[in-house]
Amino acid sequence: MSLPNRTLSYSLAINEAFHQLMERDESVMLIGQGVKSPWYVGNTAQGLLARFGERRVIDTPVSENAMTGAAVGAALAGMRPIVEHPRMDFMLYAIDPIVNEAANWFYMNGGKLPVPAVIWGVINRGGEQGAQHSQALHALFAHIPGLKVVMPATPTDAKGLMIAAVQDDNPVVFIDDRWLYGEEEVVPEEFYSIPLGKGIVRRQGSDVTIVAVSYMVREALKAAEELAQQGIQAEVVDPRTVKPLDFDLIHQSLQKTGRLVVADGGWKTCGVAAEIAALAAEKAFTCLKAPVQRVTLPDLPAPASRTLEAAYYPASADIVNAVNRLVQPCHEELALLHRVSYAAQ
Amino acid sequence: MTYSRKLLQDLYATMLRIRMSEEGFVEPILNREIRCPVHLCSGEEAIAAGVCSVLEKDDYIFGNHRSHGHYLAKGGGLKEMVAEVFCRETGCSRGRGGSMHLIDPSCGMLGSAPIVGGTISLALGAAMAAWVRGTRQVAVSFFGDGATGEGTLAESLNFAALKKLPIVFVCENNLYSTHLCIDEIRVSRNIYKMALPFGEKGHRIDGNDVLKVYEHAKQAVELCRNGEGPVFLECLTYRQRGHVGPDDNVQGTHTDIRPAAEVKRWLKKDPIKRLEKYLLQQGGFTAEELQKVQAAISREVSEAFDFARQSPFPAKEDLSSYVFA
Repeated sequence: MSLPNRTLSYSLAINEAFHQLMERDESVMLIGQGVKSPWYVGNTAQGLLARFGERRVIDTPVSENAMTGAAVGAALAGMRPIVEHPRMDFMLYAIDPIVNEAANWFYMNGGKLPVPAVIWGVINRGGEQGAQHSQALHALFAHIPGLKVVMPATPTDAKGLMIAAVQDDNPVVFIDDRWLYGEEEVVPEEFYSIPLGKGIVRRQGSDVTIVAVSYMVREALKAAEELAQQGIQAEVVDPRTVKPLDFDLIHQSLQKTGRLVVADGGWKTCGVAAEIAALAAEKAFTCLKAPVQRVTLPDLPAPASRTLEAAYYPASADIVNAVNRLVQPCHEELALLHRVSYAAQ
Repeated sequence: MTYSRKLLQDLYATMLRIRMSEEGFVEPILNREIRCPVHLCSGEEAIAAGVCSVLEKDDYIFGNHRSHGHYLAKGGGLKEMVAEVFCRETGCSRGRGGSMHLIDPSCGMLGSAPIVGGTISLALGAAMAAWVRGTRQVAVSFFGDGATGEGTLAESLNFAALKKLPIVFVCENNLYSTHLCIDEIRVSRNIYKMALPFGEKGHRIDGNDVLKVYEHAKQAVELCRNGEGPVFLECLTYRQRGHVGPDDNVQGTHTDIRPAAEVKRWLKKDPIKRLEKYLLQQGGFTAEELQKVQAAISREVSEAFDFARQSPFPAKEDLSSYVFA
């Protein structure tokens, strides 16, 4: 029996989405490396094989290119497959079926055949895993026309967005983060979806807008707590999908706060934070009282050693610092003075 | 082996339809009426015609950059294909794809793409879909000898064999990977042997003999339908035209470096002439009957070209249609 306040972890919320999707729709299937093994996918796939059989839950050879292509081909033939990559790094072998084929198929064939496939990539950072087990490549996929990119930050969203992704007729890149797998909250037991392209305000505030993506939402909320103690009210906006991006929601927040910090767990250059900053400059310039700040990974590969990891991954303190740089009253004047004195030298 | 009159006439008509439309493209390409890259399949018609003649409407095929023949043989609309090559709104891909992106889902032609090897795994997936659903559908992947250099082929062969998927891998070996002779890209010319280590049945056949193609394809598809797939068919053939366009040499780039004697030798093995000879000598057809078929197809092709030329180009306002479903 369902409990009114049933809590679920992020990973089990994804698992519940799969169970509910697969019991409702026989065309939904899961294929990917390690779907039989918690080593790869945690408990996101638990119980599926026993319940739905080995034709709809397929653990695969290490052949990312063909396995992703097979998912795309199955989608073209009327299935709704989810193809899973336990580390996003491995997805790079599958760029052709994702970018050349899935993303383009509908457009280049004049709208004749949709590609209802979900390409599920797990960001698996930390743990001294180094440069090839840690990458967050969402910006790369968000760059590609024809792909939608979803990045849930909470268990409730993970379930609702996975359901929406599978039900969408387009190729959707669903990206989650292993650092979120243990997060727990009350998750509705019913079958529900959260629309792709609609963000959410996670915390109200009037002094600064923090747009945070995926794992960084948690860091942004921590930062907002800390800032509140300093008397700064931060509004935290979670876009939930990186593409399509709900800039209207960000814009509304900026009209209130006039200051923007973007926190993203990807790299800085040409990243999601850069895109949001550009949109702010393009569409919300008159709202801005201060330059936009980005809190991202530095432009370098992920290191292994724990000391370097600690320096590499941005956390709530970095967001607090970024906000402080914005709200210091003399910030603009100081910057201007700095430029003037520099020019005079 | 005896063949029904209907089958023979259908094979002949399909091959002629492909040849006549391919040859119809030559002039408009040379005078720039057609601008998109066009990879003509003149000389390779027997493979598409033979393989698709044993498929049902709801079986799936995927093609590559040289797929006019695959599309037509599977039942794709001729007018819509010609209009697509002319990049018109009435084309099968509404002018968004051009010659390299032909599709007709209503007859199981799920698409073609010029990323070499890129559609092999898509066909694998279509076969997987049939396997998951437990239908008797079969998928066919058409690709060339050049695609044997792609890792995705090996990955797909392995997975297909592992799950006994209903897929026929059809390698159209025309001996050239764009400009490069097969001996410069592979240590062995025996492409079909690639399938053997995976435990798959593999055969090499004369791809210019449509009846041989038909027989092998029939057997292959039957095996697939009975859960005894996959099957690999290497079909030896030769393209009579350039890699892209009518003839690289005629077009002035002089990049077709195939020896003249070799080209001449293969022209003598023209698959349509061979079938005509069979039809007249053993098939019980008269010259008059063949001429009647030719005249009908010629009319059909000419109407398709008129249709394409009279069709509008896509409107600028529709640039952003069809990005998302």
